[in-house]
Amino acid sequence: MQHEDVRDFHWYVDKAMASLVFLGGISAIVFIIGIFLFITREGFAFITQSMDIREFFFDPAWRPTSDSNPTYGAFALIAGTASITGLAVLLSIPFSLGAAIYIAEFAEGRTREILKILIELLAAIPSVVWGFIGLSIMNPLIIDMFDVPVGLNILNAGVILALMAAPIMTTIAEDALKAVPDRYREAAEALGATRWQVTLKIVLPAAKHGLMAAVLLGVGRGFGETMAVLMASGHSINVPDGLFDSVRALTATIAAELGETAVGSEHYQALFTLGILLFAVTFIINLTADLVMRGIKRS
Amino acid sequence: MFESTELNARNWRIQQGMRLLFLGMTLLLVLPVIIILGVLIYKGSPALSWAFLTENPTNGMTAGGIFPALMGTIALVLVALIASIPVGVAAAIYLSEYAPDNWLTRLINLAIINLAGVPSIVHALFGLGAFVLFFGFGTSILAASLTLAIMTLPVVIVSTRESLQAVPQSFREACWNMGATRWQTIVRVVLPNAVSGILTGIILEVSRTAGETAPIMFTGAAFFLPFLPESVFDQTMALSLHLFVVATQVPNVPESLPYGVALVLIGMVLIMNSASIGLRMVLRNRKKW
Repeated sequence: MQHEDVRDFHWYVDKAMASLVFLGGISAIVFIIGIFLFITREGFAFITQSMDIREFFFDPAWRPTSDSNPTYGAFALIAGTASITGLAVLLSIPFSLGAAIYIAEFAEGRTREILKILIELLAAIPSVVWGFIGLSIMNPLIIDMFDVPVGLNILNAGVILALMAAPIMTTIAEDALKAVPDRYREAAEALGATRWQVTLKIVLPAAKHGLMAAVLLGVGRGFGETMAVLMASGHSINVPDGLFDSVRALTATIAAELGETAVGSEHYQALFTLGILLFAVTFIINLTADLVMRGIKRS
Repeated sequence: MFESTELNARNWRIQQGMRLLFLGMTLLLVLPVIIILGVLIYKGSPALSWAFLTENPTNGMTAGGIFPALMGTIALVLVALIASIPVGVAAAIYLSEYAPDNWLTRLINLAIINLAGVPSIVHALFGLGAFVLFFGFGTSILAASLTLAIMTLPVVIVSTRESLQAVPQSFREACWNMGATRWQTIVRVVLPNAVSGILTGIILEVSRTAGETAPIMFTGAAFFLPFLPESVFDQTMALSLHLFVVATQVPNVPESLPYGVALVLIGMVLIMNSASIGLRMVLRNRKKW
């Protein structure tokens, strides 16, 4: 019997569409590579020609607009970003994990739904609104409570950032807890363990990879945040030694200065170099989170 | 027979204590949402009026309304959606319907996570380098919207993929058995069954796009531009940037004005999110399989 040629019109449409959606599928890879190429293209000349690596990483003097001797020390900016993100993560980890445990292990029915929706709404508040809250609500609050002259500082930006990073940490941590099979819980409960004992001894150890990934993604979220940090941190170049010091973050520096630079100038290229640094760090954080997550699936 | 021992009682107390502790932590996370909304409504509502929404800013942005910013945000969101929905849905269809479990698929997933994780200001640098300068769109709605589209692409991809994967495999098999091609199956069976799920994702994307500030600062949003854009190659004002400007850059702004802008912005965003959540719940209750 002879084979019938099945290549009719629909066959061609099918093949054509398969190629088209494949293009859509790889678009994310194309865009990530594109982002890297385009920011490197703008910042490359600075890295190869004017950048002094020791100055960039260890000198706190960021004076790009100085006429006589511009310097590009990003140390204070890195310290600013690190202090704000660090405080945010310290505040956010216990509360996010606590909330995730409560939602996944203790809350039931309607309470659980409502809490999840509120967490989702927390995630929906735009960063510029958070910045405005830091500026107009937190600022006077901190001045009053701690009797300090300025309320735009590490504490302010850290608390704001903790609230911004909390939803992603809570959601992913809750997913990780939910992914622990119920039979583990049932087995432990059958032995007479209380809900808390089950959580502490069984569920948390079983979900530890997912919880680590949650924390990492929260760190990445805080690290890359721009508008809220720009508005709430005080934006003064400073290597901080206390919670009430104003600092300036890497992201905020780009946002504040890029508009005033001439395209292709050394200052402009230096800002793109900060962008490359930000891209590289978030890339590593996300990659690590992904590898950690993959670790659970394999085991 | 089962008498409560000292140990039982102690465990029970610890359990109750931990439960309360975690409840407290959860409430401390969600209370700010309610407090923030309350404060914004209390301080912002005096500024709200029909004129606030339909008039241009006046007196160096210390008075008047937010009309051009509001329209600008709508324009930015629309153009961003037109760009990101086809690409995002195609990517989701590929990942859900075609992608084999291999290194390329893993790479795509990693790229999606990274696209969502790249700081918004880096997206702004990319938008400036690529769309404004390299492709020569200038600082325009088009450049800003494309930047926003790439930034929010993961939202569309992830939510669409989830709703496609929620369509039972047996639906597809039934269709294939009738002699339909893969694509016919996707268009006639999978997509219609997933369309409302896709919609919730798109609404979520609208909300994300409308609130972003950093990516549009250098790619197309203007501080002050008291007329409406005429084409996608014009600059525009945007609500999010307008809030930043009146809160930090303009002197002598009456206190209620930035609160009013913040209230409109957060109102827009939360209405979108609530719509998305509501739609999702209706769908879950109606689901037949």
